Amino acid sequence: MPQLDVLLFASYADAFGAPSLTVEMPPDATVADLVTALRSRPGGSVLPERPLVAVDRAYAAPGDRVVDRGEVALIPPVAGG
Amino acid sequence: MRHAIVARPIDVAALLAEVTVDANGAQSVFVGTVREQNDGRAVHGIDYAAYDEMAQTELGRIVLEAVARFGTTDIVVEHRLGTLSVGEVSVAIAVGHPRRAPAMDAVRYIIEELKRRVPIWKREHYVDGTRGWVEATTSAAAVGAAHEQPGDDEVSGEDDDA
Repeated sequence: MPQLDVLLFASYADAFGAPSLTVEMPPDATVADLVTALRSRPGGSVLPERPLVAVDRAYAAPGDRVVDRGEVALIPPVAGG
Repeated sequence: MRHAIVARPIDVAALLAEVTVDANGAQSVFVGTVREQNDGRAVHGIDYAAYDEMAQTELGRIVLEAVARFGTTDIVVEHRLGTLSVGEVSVAIAVGHPRRAPAMDAVRYIIEELKRRVPIWKREHYVDGTRGWVEATTSAAAVGAAHEQPGDDEVSGEDDDA
């Protein structure tokens, strides 16, 4: 299965203990599939049911594909300002 | 128009000067600073961190939306990263427009969208020596809704702590 690198930030990076993770996902995997996979990882309980996910530096919907679509990142609740 | 994620102090007067041109009769500025307490806990500083590349991109999208909505290109936004002390400027937005209402509306639009969408996080340093990431109320339901239901971009329950 394709390997997918996922960027992590702030509280999510702390929870997973790393700034990125590599996960094996089928070629047709969606954002929702990725979230399900990550929630079963150690530290994954920090994730809400529908965390923000960015694909190619734009927010993605749960049904969007994630493999070979550019950079994938898990976005904790933002708090700029 | 210009937007930047910076690692140096923000010069608010310089931002204001950038949007002050003779065609404009109104300049509106928002300045966000580090405040001394949050949720009842004393704070002496904040680390601002970002997903830099996406923060730049998303902030650029917001500025372009403001150009289209409010009809001015005299818009400058800077957000600072790194460790800031109480009272330091974390974000500044300056908008110039021939008229005051759209100048003020544009500033409000940009700060609200920035707080809702730009991937920036803050970790507060409390006076008791502990640190913690600030968890705002933004969720996928709030940001993702824009993808599934165009026009439904209302967010409620925001803790306005710019």
